[in-house]
This record gives sequence, structure tokens and C-alpha cells, in this order.
Amino acid sequence: MTTVDKPSMGFGRMHRKEDARFIRGRGTYVDDVRLPGMLHGAVLRSPFAHARIVSIDTRAAEAHPKVKAVITGKTLEGLKLAWMPTLSYDTQAVLATDKVRFQGQEVAFVVAEDKYSARDALELIDVEYEPLPAVVDARRALDPDAPVIRDDKENQNGNHIFDWTAGDKAATDAAFARAEVVVKQDVLYPRVHPAPLETCGALADFDKVTGKLTMWCNTQAPHAHRTVYALVAGLPEHKIRVISPDIGGGFGNKVPIYPGYVCAIVGSIVTGKPVKWMEDRSENLMSTGFARDYHMSGEVAATRDGKITAVRVKVIADHGAFNGTAQPTKYPAGFFHVFTGSYDLEAAHCEVTGVYTNKAPGGVAYACSFRITEAAYLIERLVDVLAFDLGMDPAQLRMKNLLRAEQFPYSSPTGWEYDSGDYPRALQLALDMVGYDEIRREQAAVRERWAAGDRSGTLPGVGISFFTEAVGAGPRKHMDILGLGMADGAELRVHPTGKAVLRISVQSQGQGHETTYAQIVAHELGIPPDDIEVVHGDTDQTPFGLGTYGSRSTPVSGAATAVVARKVRERARLVASAMLEVSADDLEWDGAGRWVVRGSTEQGRTIQEIALAAHSSLELPDGVEGHLDATTVYNPPNLTFPFGAYVCVVDVDPGTGQVKVRRFVAVDDCGVRINPTIVEGQVHGGLADGIGMALMQLIAFDEDGNCLGASFMDYLLPTSVECPSWELGETVTPSPHHPIGAKGVGESATVGSPAAVVNAVVDALKPYGVRHADMPLTPAQVWRVIQGSPLRTDLAIT
Amino acid sequence: MTTRITVTVNGEEHTAEVEPRTLLVHFLRDQLGLTGTHWGCDTSNCGVCTVTLDGTPVKSCTVLAVMAHNHSVGTVEGLERDGKLDPVQQGFVECHGLQCGFCTPGMMLTARWLLDNNPDPSETEIREAISGQSCRCTGYENIVRSVQWAARQEVTR
Ligand code: FES
Ligand code: FES
Repeated sequence: MTTVDKPSMGFGRMHRKEDARFIRGRGTYVDDVRLPGMLHGAVLRSPFAHARIVSIDTRAAEAHPKVKAVITGKTLEGLKLAWMPTLSYDTQAVLATDKVRFQGQEVAFVVAEDKYSARDALELIDVEYEPLPAVVDARRALDPDAPVIRDDKENQNGNHIFDWTAGDKAATDAAFARAEVVVKQDVLYPRVHPAPLETCGALADFDKVTGKLTMWCNTQAPHAHRTVYALVAGLPEHKIRVISPDIGGGFGNKVPIYPGYVCAIVGSIVTGKPVKWMEDRSENLMSTGFARDYHMSGEVAATRDGKITAVRVKVIADHGAFNGTAQPTKYPAGFFHVFTGSYDLEAAHCEVTGVYTNKAPGGVAYACSFRITEAAYLIERLVDVLAFDLGMDPAQLRMKNLLRAEQFPYSSPTGWEYDSGDYPRALQLALDMVGYDEIRREQAAVRERWAAGDRSGTLPGVGISFFTEAVGAGPRKHMDILGLGMADGAELRVHPTGKAVLRISVQSQGQGHETTYAQIVAHELGIPPDDIEVVHGDTDQTPFGLGTYGSRSTPVSGAATAVVARKVRERARLVASAMLEVSADDLEWDGAGRWVVRGSTEQGRTIQEIALAAHSSLELPDGVEGHLDATTVYNPPNLTFPFGAYVCVVDVDPGTGQVKVRRFVAVDDCGVRINPTIVEGQVHGGLADGIGMALMQLIAFDEDGNCLGASFMDYLLPTSVECPSWELGETVTPSPHHPIGAKGVGESATVGSPAAVVNAVVDALKPYGVRHADMPLTPAQVWRVIQGSPLRTDLAIT
Repeated sequence: MTTRITVTVNGEEHTAEVEPRTLLVHFLRDQLGLTGTHWGCDTSNCGVCTVTLDGTPVKSCTVLAVMAHNHSVGTVEGLERDGKLDPVQQGFVECHGLQCGFCTPGMMLTARWLLDNNPDPSETEIREAISGQSCRCTGYENIVRSVQWAARQEVTR
């Protein structure tokens, strides 16, 4: 049961401050913002995956009485805006000029008086296309006869984007050569989409007189967007204000800059009126940041008794038509090289090749922590395959190989330094919670009956997943996006009456920052959370920072908040020393909001008294400027490494292929928990994601590149009836380098859960000799797997 | 071409000119400014647009505004009465039944309808009731608990 204690002075369960507006329907999402004279935009999209544009005739649309402007790639070419940079130093067409390169690509933009008219006018635009063969199968993208998708780029002769490696190849190959056992498995993590319930959208308002652009946009990274707009549109950065209001879920989908945003800006400049653009659901699923699409080939080297020695991986990464992934520049495959997971290995090596295909651009989105989802899924699948081949229990095999507590800080073979952990403790807790031995006994009984010929009923399966996350990008020396270092600012101001305003660079999409960040300040300063206003999501009002994704808010911005509060506390100490007429060295913080004289704690001043004095005529020591505020920029020394042990129990009906998730136990260790209720809520959401990806969510394509997951009729989200009642456990291993020991948790469950579900289903199908099956494990796929002819799920072909 | 309709929304009568094709969700949001009702898909799947029509939950993206003529619509803005939150609203706060808040209005309206018709629902009945509505944040767990909290509140009142 969730229990909510009284609001505490710091960490602990407390009600969320933001709920007051949401439960009354008083949130302000971008589509709720209305400006006088506002016009509406709509995007015309390509019906083809790959085609040459022969002509675009917009005359009939322009003649529509309610249409104010029609913008095409030609219009944008004149403004040098037809192409824009992506977050991976590639280019992306804002509106297509030469070719369309994926189904749903932006071709024209209509601005009209109302949204229905804008849509009507799209029908009046006549585009003549000359269809071209499409590259749909990523594994064929590099074939010599594959059509070249990016012929707009100089020196781009094929569909190759990058090759990237990590780890020590020679050492890994040597370990494999020595290995007693080698197992190999191709593993597909198919394309999925984060599908937040609020689609992407923006409202651009360009004021010709002041030259100021105000951009309401549901972006997870308002400051980064402002800088990119300045670079793309040539607008001076101080004349751009990005306001990211309440966001209806993001999950990574709302990090990139989409062509529709740029079109809305151009529309506003052209018409002199505010222009709103909201995509519909099909547009969201077909054209915005997808996730995964990793075709992985993994190998594990081990001893006969199950000690894993090395892992070797080759990946084909499908990045779609434009390389638009959002990840730190140095890491084109994100943090995939954390694929050694939670195990103590001698060596590891991976090779990742990125390719263009005629599909929507993207690649890093959907709570993946920069590809750790793919990495965690791969290693956890491989460990189960090894257990299968060795005839070992997967829980025992993991226990045997998990890093031990005394090995931390641990340097991984691919270059990470894991900060802290106690893995066996977390796995043991999860096994105890689920009653592992008891379930195995039940399963053995069913299998016995099954073997004896009674094949009625369902088959139970148990799946385990142990994951290590790497979040909080990042040390700015190593991590930047488009040259912007991944450090975040914070600014704290305590008013004369002791109430405070905290300004942060990150942006909540439901994480409850207004509550948890107030709790951090409360914890550090003893000001009640209700007396602290948290300002975020407005570039004119908040310090610079890279935003919320990759579970980086708590590790980076949460740390910035703690640091800035400590700076204020030190300033308060000097003021208190003047108030009490004692040396600052003689004061100590009582941990509850007061500076007190060492040894005589009744002599002291509360932070509120100090705030008033700091603004008063009190004479302050030399060098103390007065007032009570501070700013900081937090540059994390390392990532933080949350981890967890998940166990899923399923019942599979071999007759129908239906999978029912019976139970799901999740033990998470995300370090210190600021607000456990919020942490648990985030875990719940991620677990539902895991069930979705493992069992139903899929963006597949047919051979012509038609997107087969373009609506919620085809892209299936888990509902309340597919989800079990989640059973959560926790261990707490603080991060040694984070100011409050927190690690971040937003994506842990999304990273960890798919493998648990898939492992459970594969385990259930053991009587059929099933060793592996690719997601999503829809009834059709499970049934086909049982028949021995699994589907190639990404292509929806057999 | 427009049509004049009269719709009672949260007990208040509104008369307006609408295009016949106007969806109820757009009428509520754009013409009446009741933006608590959201929109999230093109196919009647997500349920963030859920309102009540003569007391029964409907997806307002799948109802034309003209179909609501002379009918009564309930939205999230009408849940709080005379400054007093509905127990369902309180339940969502107590049990952390919302994160981004986008699905929340629709979820609460369905929960209100459920408790009006079944004051002591089982967990399964709650899950069934909200199964036509998606939530991407909560994994449904705390939504279920929120409704249970409200049910307990009302039973003991
Ligand atoms: S908007 Fe999705 S069901 Fe109505
Ligand atoms: S709270 Fe975000 S979709 Fe339900």
C-alpha cells in the first residue's frame, strides 16, 4: 500500500505540489495555451517511404479562404531553412525539397485560421512523386545494390553512418579462444515508440517589433532548444524564449527538435501572428523519435560450470533516414557499451554499425538511458541462453557471476567506473519476495504432467533480469550534445520572510520536480517544502542546463540543487555570526534549519531569521554582500549507477500463444530516495513499459516501408488489465559522489523489465525446446515460436 | 455552415454555433475553454478525452458536439463542488495516482462513474472500468489504489 506521511522537512513521502492543478483540470499543456489572433498549422506528409518529388502545386490550398500561408521546402530554401542540424551532427530536412526518405516525412506546412481548415487545405496540395525502392531491412542497408538514401550528402555513397567500437578486442578474442563454452544468439530489439499521451507540439510567437520569439513547446530540454534555434534560424539567443509548460509525458520523445517546430516559427514570422502546431497521433508515431531498432549478435564465453569470462557483440543500428539520435557526441551508440551488465568479466568488446534506412529518424528515446535498455536486454537474454545451454538455474548462474559488494568502485572492461552497489543482496531479496523455489516447484510439477502427456492448461514461466544503469550524463569534459556540455545550473533565492524560490534547468514531464526539488532544499536548509517555489521550464527564468532525459535530473540537477542550497547555508552562517556576534567558526548547523553556537544550542538563529537579517540594516562582515541567494553549475564527476533485480512470473497458453503476466517483483536500488512515493510511481510506469515492449508494442514496416504501427489500433499500449499489481522492494546503496547519495530512477524499470518478461516467456516454453524468441511476444509470435517458425517481428514477415 | 447547439456542461447551459463536424472534445476545449479535457489519439483508443454524457463516460473525441445538443456533459472541471474536492480527486492525490496528469481527468471521471454505480468495486472491477483508457506514467497501480481510497472514503461516510 502506498502510505503518505505528513509533509516532512526533507526527504520522505509527501503529496505532490503539482497535483493541485492537475486534479482540477488546471494544468497548462502546450495545446491549452491560446494567444490572441493565433493561427493553426498542419503538416502535409509523405505517403511514400522513398520517392523523388517531381512537383508540388499549392495553388488550390493557397486559394482556401481561411488559409494564411503555405510553406514548402522551396520557401524554406529561400530562407536557408530547408535543412536543420540534428542532435548527432547530421542534417534533417525540415520540409522535403528533393526526395522524401520515410513515410510520414514533412513535405509542406499550411497555416490557417483554425485547425480544421488547416487540415482541409492539406488535401488541396498536389504533390507528384516518383517512387523509389525503399531500404527497409537494416541488415540489407549496406548491400552494394541498396539504394542510396542520403544522396543529398556529399561523399555519401552508401547507407553507412558510423562504426563504433568499445572494449579490448584482442583480450576478448583471446578469452573466447580459451573458453570451455561459447554461446551465441542473435537478438533483435525492435523499433518501439515512447508514445506519451500528449503528442508533440509548439506555439511560436514572433514579435516583429521587438524581434523576440516566444516558443511554447513541450520540450524536455528548453535551453538546448533555444540554443539550437539560435544556430538554425540565426535569431539572437537573447531574443528567444522557450517556455515548456506542463508536459503530458515525454520519455525521450520530446527531446529532439522536430520540423513542425521550425515550421511554426517560420509560419509566425511569415504571417506576423502566433502559430500553433500540434501533431496528431499518427504523426507522432510515424515521424517523431522512435527507440531501439538494434539488431544484435551476441556471444558469451564461459567455463563449463558457468563462470562468464567474456562477451562479444556486433550490432547493426537502424537510425532511420536522418541520424537524429540524441546522445553525447562521443558516443554514437549511446552508452550501449555498458552491455557487460552487472557481471564480473575478464574482457568484452562490441562493434556497432549505424545505418540509414527509409524509416523515421530517431533512435534514442523512450526511457532508454542512451541505449542501456538495449544493452541490458542483450546481456540478460544471453545469460539465460547460457543457462539454457548449460542446464543451469538462471538465478544461480547470475549469483555466480554478479559483481560483489567489495569490488566497488568497479572498472568495467568497456571503460565505466560503477560507483557503488551490492548486487547479490538485491537479487536475493527479489528471489525471496517472489518465493522463487516454490514457483520452480510448481513449474516442475506442471512440466512433469506435461511430459506425461496431459497438456491442458497454461505453462508457468519465471524470468529474471538484473540490470545496471548508468545515468546522470555527464561529466561535461566527456559528454556534450551538439557541443553543449552536460552540466546544469541552479539558482536559489531566499526571500526576506524566509520563503524561497529555486530555479532549475531541467523540465518535468510528470516526475514531480516541483515537489522533490523543494524537498532537497528543505533537507539542506530546513525551510518547509511548501515554502519553496520551484521554477522550471522557462528559459527566461531559469539557468542554463541540458534538460530532463537519460534519468539525469536527480543525478545532475538534483545535485546542483543540493550544492546551491549548501552555498546559501554557508552564506547564512556568516550572517548568523554577525547576528550572534560570534565567529562563524563557532557556529554549527543543527540539521533542522538553524545555525547554533557550538556547545550552546539554545543560542542560534533559524534560517528564516537569518534571511530577514540578511536583507536588513544589520552590519555584515567584510565581503558578505547581503541578501541570501546563490547560483551554481553542477558538473558531475561521474555517472551514477542504479541497479535492480526483477523477477517476472507468466502463464503462457500454448494453444493461443497468449501470455498472462501473473506477478512482477521489482527490487530497485537507486541510492537515497528523496520521495519514495514518487520513486515507486516511476518504477510502476517503467514496468508497464516493459510489459508493453515485451508483449505488444512494435513499430514494424512492410517491404515498401509502410509504417505498420501508425495508430493506437496497431501500436498497442498495455492497459490496466494487462498489468499485474506490481510488487516492489528496495535496497539503498548511496552514490558516493552525489551530494545527497541519490542515483536517479526514471528509466530503471524500462531498462530492466523487458528482459524479465521475455526470459519468463522463453522459460515457460522450455518444454518446447525454445531457447530464444524476439519481442514483441504477441500471441501470433508465441504461437509461431512454438511451431518452430518465429516471425521476423520488425518486418512483420515470416 | 454552422449549427446552433445548447449543451449543459457541469450544470451550466451553453449555447454556441458549431460546425457540424466539430468534435465534442474540441468544442469543450476550444469554444468553452475547458482545457482539462485532453486529446491524445485519432482512433478512440487512449481515453484522455473521457467526459460523461448524461452521466455515462464517453470518449469526447468520438462524439460530435451536435450530438451533445440538449444533453448534459460532465468534465473534470465539474468534479470539485463548492470548493470541496470529490473523494476521487482526493484519492488521486493521496495515492499518487497521477504523474504527468494528462490521463488523469478522464481516469477520474470514469472512477466517479464506477463508484456511483458500484460503491465497493473489486480491484478487477476497477481495472476493467479503466481498461479503455491508457496511462503511460503510472503503470495503473496507483490509479487503482486511488479509486480504492475514494471508495473506502465514501463507504465510511
Ligand atoms: S483522444 Fe484518444 S480516445 Fe479520445
Ligand atoms: S499520468 Fe501521465 S499518462 Fe497517466
